Amino acid sequence: MKIMNIKVTFWRALFVVIMLLGVYSACVRYFKGLGAVSNLSDQSPWGLWIGFDCLCGIMLAAGGFCICAAVYLFKIERLHSIVRPTVLTALLGYALFIVGLLVDLGRPWYIWHLTVYMNPHSAMFEVGWCVMLYTTVLLFEFSPNVLERLHLNWALKIVKGMMPVLIVAGVLLSTLHQSSLGSLYLIMHGKLHPFWYTPALPFFFFGTAIAAGLAMTIFESTQSAKAFGRHLELSVLVELGGALLVALWVNGLLRFLDYYHRDMLAKIIQPSYEAYFLWLEILLAFVIPITMLSFKKVRLSPNGLYLASLSAILGLVTNRLNVAITGLDTWSGHHYLPKWTELMITVSIIAFGFFLFAMAVKYLPIFEQGPATSQPVRAPQKIRAELPKPSHVAT
Amino acid sequence: MSKAILYDATLCIGCKMCEKACAEHNGLPYDDSIAAEAKTSEHKFTAILTENDHFMRKLCMHCDEPACASACPVGAFHKTALGPVVYDVWKCIGCRYCMVACAFAVPKYEWGSLNPRVRKCIMCPDLVKRGEQTACAAICPTGATKFGERDALLMEAQDRINQNPGNYVPHIYGKEEVGGTSVLFLSAVPFERFGYPSIDKVGDKPLPEYTGVVMNRIPDFVPLWAVILGGIYWLANRKNEVAEAEAIEKHGGVA
Repeated sequence: MKIMNIKVTFWRALFVVIMLLGVYSACVRYFKGLGAVSNLSDQSPWGLWIGFDCLCGIMLAAGGFCICAAVYLFKIERLHSIVRPTVLTALLGYALFIVGLLVDLGRPWYIWHLTVYMNPHSAMFEVGWCVMLYTTVLLFEFSPNVLERLHLNWALKIVKGMMPVLIVAGVLLSTLHQSSLGSLYLIMHGKLHPFWYTPALPFFFFGTAIAAGLAMTIFESTQSAKAFGRHLELSVLVELGGALLVALWVNGLLRFLDYYHRDMLAKIIQPSYEAYFLWLEILLAFVIPITMLSFKKVRLSPNGLYLASLSAILGLVTNRLNVAITGLDTWSGHHYLPKWTELMITVSIIAFGFFLFAMAVKYLPIFEQGPATSQPVRAPQKIRAELPKPSHVAT
Repeated sequence: MSKAILYDATLCIGCKMCEKACAEHNGLPYDDSIAAEAKTSEHKFTAILTENDHFMRKLCMHCDEPACASACPVGAFHKTALGPVVYDVWKCIGCRYCMVACAFAVPKYEWGSLNPRVRKCIMCPDLVKRGEQTACAAICPTGATKFGERDALLMEAQDRINQNPGNYVPHIYGKEEVGGTSVLFLSAVPFERFGYPSIDKVGDKPLPEYTGVVMNRIPDFVPLWAVILGGIYWLANRKNEVAEAEAIEKHGGVA
């Protein structure tokens, strides 16, 4: 217990320190300007905030639409118990992306211009609109948590009636903006390194979003089982692990075909600055998790699934950072590294996300829905690796 | 007719009068230390680059189909009929997509400002509208920077290359790069030496077309995908309806 107490206070202290440094950095940002808070420059106009907060944040929040599509469109009812935590993660991801954007934009007070001065030829315009609309959809998808808590049954009824529209709109909008994040880079023909510049970028961004969304759902379910002592349904994790394996194979194969058709295979195996980062990305995103998940033993073990999804997440994050940062280094002749205050803003936004998640779990019926499980275990390590009956572990 | 600037580096003497005139016309500071800065920036919209005894100018290329205008989510940039690519600061939200989209890294940013603007050469649109030359062209003592009709300047540039083939690399930079630009260069040394991307790299296709391939399909994709997803939802839930209906029927039949 004592150890638990110390651990808890350590994390709380760390959280407070991170938030204070984040607030300091935000003050520098709004009182001294972008130049003072970041290493952004005319050579590197986009940096960590676009590369990580935006590109990775949106990718990692893709679990929301993946799980909603699986449960409501493809009727994979086994995943029903994770709809709420996944929608919560997605909502937090998008809300915090918007916070990150308000830091990154030079004139955030004019963000509403997106709704007035429209340029439909711009991929950024499309991303902006889809994110705006999808965040609204997520708010509605999330609202039953709050409405149940407040016993507003009449409102709950309305939201439930809207569900078909919300689900379809959610998947439609996600398809659009997840791929459009890739389309953002299509205009950088001749600038973005050929390892990452391909006409297939929108497809890759959509495909990796699905893989990352699945990996993130495994990661987050396991993590919240550890943190909140929640029941973890192995059948759910096994299902997601299988889907992740397929998604990684498809993504990996698409990447290979793209390199093959663009005659890049000989170039990517030659050592170079970009090649090192590409190898890291391929190793973490494809080689390690695909190898791990190919073993039945790993696929059925919570720890194995956890580590495989963690590797996939790190690899796919590396991929997006390579597109956003590494791939433009040679062109700009400038190696961009974020300044510490720039990094602190990102870290504090993530920390704040964890805090909001914990608060939501504490005060809202996030985990209360879903069937009672037969294996009430606190840590995933304790779950016995056994193949459950396909439909459910319960009863 | 579209106007253009022709800069012939072989005629340039590196006096930097164009830099000074540009600064004055745009209300920017200019002194010896700024003159020594061999790059464009938030306070310097054109710069004379020097390599050995060769010169080159850096300024906005004023593309016929500008990447910045296509990229900007709020349409803060647009190409005017006369040629200049201009910037409406009151629309700008500061996303800096124009900066990463530009093939020539032209737009610069006021990183130290709390209400920052994108800064770049806008080809003196006020002067051009009145039928005058740009400030840089008007002041140039040697005629290295010349202002005129784009078609006429292209013909003249080709003539200069034809008459003195030994003086020039046989290429008019800006004629076809990224689909053509309103700033044209002639030089005795390859343009890449001054950081200008070769046509092999940027291509002769307007950059907005690379995004357009995808963006133009969205209006068709949205209704199609919505109907498919809606259909899947309906079918998925209909299965249950059918099962229920069958169960009731069976039950009713037995009873």
